[in-house]
Amino acid sequence: MEKKSRLKAYRDHWPLYLMMLPGLLYLLINNYIPMAGIVIAFKKLNFAEGIFASPWAGFENFKFLFATKDAWIITRNTLLYNVAFILVNMVVGIAIAILICEIRSTKLKKLYQSAILLPFLMSMVILSYIVYALLSSENGLINNSLLSALHLEPVQWYQEPKYWPFILIFANCWKGVGYGCLIYIASLVGIDPSFYEAARLDGASKWQEIRNITLPCLVPTIITLLLLSIGRIFYSDFGLFYQVPMNSGVLFPTTNVIDTYVYRALIERGNISMSSAAGVYQSVVGFVIVMLSNWVVRKVDKDQALF
Amino acid sequence: MENSMKTKRYQIMINAILILVTLIIVLPFVLVFLSSLTDENVLIRNGYSFFPEKFSFYAYQYIIRQGDKILRAYGVTIIVTIVGTVLNIAMSALMAYPLSVKTLPHRRALTFFIFFTMLFNGGLVPTYLMYVNYFHIKNTLWALIIPNLLLSANNVLMIRSYFMTSIPDALFEAAKIDGAGHLRIFSVLIMPLGKPILVTMGLFSGLGYWNDWTNGLYYLSGNQGQKLFSIQNLLNQMITDIQYLASGKVAGNIGAEVAKLPATSIRMAIAFIAMLPLFIIYPFLQKYFAEGITLGAVKG
Repeated sequence: MEKKSRLKAYRDHWPLYLMMLPGLLYLLINNYIPMAGIVIAFKKLNFAEGIFASPWAGFENFKFLFATKDAWIITRNTLLYNVAFILVNMVVGIAIAILICEIRSTKLKKLYQSAILLPFLMSMVILSYIVYALLSSENGLINNSLLSALHLEPVQWYQEPKYWPFILIFANCWKGVGYGCLIYIASLVGIDPSFYEAARLDGASKWQEIRNITLPCLVPTIITLLLLSIGRIFYSDFGLFYQVPMNSGVLFPTTNVIDTYVYRALIERGNISMSSAAGVYQSVVGFVIVMLSNWVVRKVDKDQALF
Repeated sequence: MENSMKTKRYQIMINAILILVTLIIVLPFVLVFLSSLTDENVLIRNGYSFFPEKFSFYAYQYIIRQGDKILRAYGVTIIVTIVGTVLNIAMSALMAYPLSVKTLPHRRALTFFIFFTMLFNGGLVPTYLMYVNYFHIKNTLWALIIPNLLLSANNVLMIRSYFMTSIPDALFEAAKIDGAGHLRIFSVLIMPLGKPILVTMGLFSGLGYWNDWTNGLYYLSGNQGQKLFSIQNLLNQMITDIQYLASGKVAGNIGAEVAKLPATSIRMAIAFIAMLPLFIIYPFLQKYFAEGITLGAVKG
């Protein structure tokens, strides 16, 4: 009886499985087979024998990777940049969102909102052109117009690693702040206006309103966005770190992250063992971080958890 | 009276700050556009500037007359964007609808199968080796389409949630009573009613394809690959060449190498035409962009 009803359920739903088939096959190929491919990191790869028939290397590849200075540099850069990006974009995003919501004129409000999202639509290649137009040592706006007007020496931006943390944090904020800003605006609009009316009756200042009403009301949104970005803290935008500094070798101490390291080791140096070891390091630690951050959020507030 | 003065001053102050923010955001685009219209000699002498001494349409004339490579790349971008977006949305919708049917056996397991791809991935190395060695997509147009086909499992789950929450159950029941099968319900009911979410997701997918340059970087190389360059790949290659020349690794005649690079103003003109369609559609589709972003923040 039990079996029969199950068979009937399958019979009733078979078109649905058929509909899902292309997508499921795609995920199997594009996502799951590469997951199995992490064994490459534990192999001494020999193309003549094929990937799976190559001899095992155990943790040899990882030993080599962590013996290099690069392993520490790319881990540090990835984490520190992400922390800086999260904090800067959050503070700037919330500030701009609050300012936009204070604007009386709906037309201006729309205008600012449109402007702030514009860079989000552009590719990292475009961003690299913009940064180049500003920083190029021969033609750049900053060297040619700004520094010369101030009677300062031109700076070889693409040769000086020390400036890049600031450049990248600023560029990332310029490009990405609109995204968070829009989400903050959406939740600011949802705050009950009677809170503010009551505060005004009590003679609260604007600053007090922001501190005691606006920010507390934003906390759930902040936590959601924070969780999403913490889950990705071991990953970085490849384009931002590869393309914007124009792959300049001198800058690697402050621009190399795990993603760019994996790419360069694989494509530019053809070093599959190092590259796959770094890739697996990223996938595994990344996975642990997502699970941990979600677990913490579940403990604090179940509704905010992703799963 | 005093109060309204105060409000006015406050409004002026926050407007001033936001105008400054807007300028910081918009001026770089203006700089790219002005540079593309600046006379090449002036550019080389004075650098990129908001106040060029001499304007010139040379860059755009060059693109129209001799820009085979550029126009070709533009065509590749358009084809890849259209084909990719249509495939992406079709596949996402076909996956999302069954997951929204509560009676589907193994619904939870299937959802998890999709969701798990957001938590863990094999990374670039196995993906690259698989696509290159087993599917042979290197230097084919598929390289620009397939590795991005389902931009994210998150989209599928968001579409599923929309189907579940925004389409009334009563409509399904009515359709079932009328004897409609799953395929019919999908095509007559779901697709039209799910249009808002599908348009939003399509827009993001299209944007992703338009802006993608990494797949070209990974999978296109050599003369054969260059023929398939999208506009972003072309831009990417030009800036890589500049860096390569600047690094001093080039042996032999540097002058000849530099001469082969498109002029500074032409590079900026290509960057500008790569952005142009986005500037044009943005005012009309802004609502959908904003919706997609706020949707993404609320979990699927």
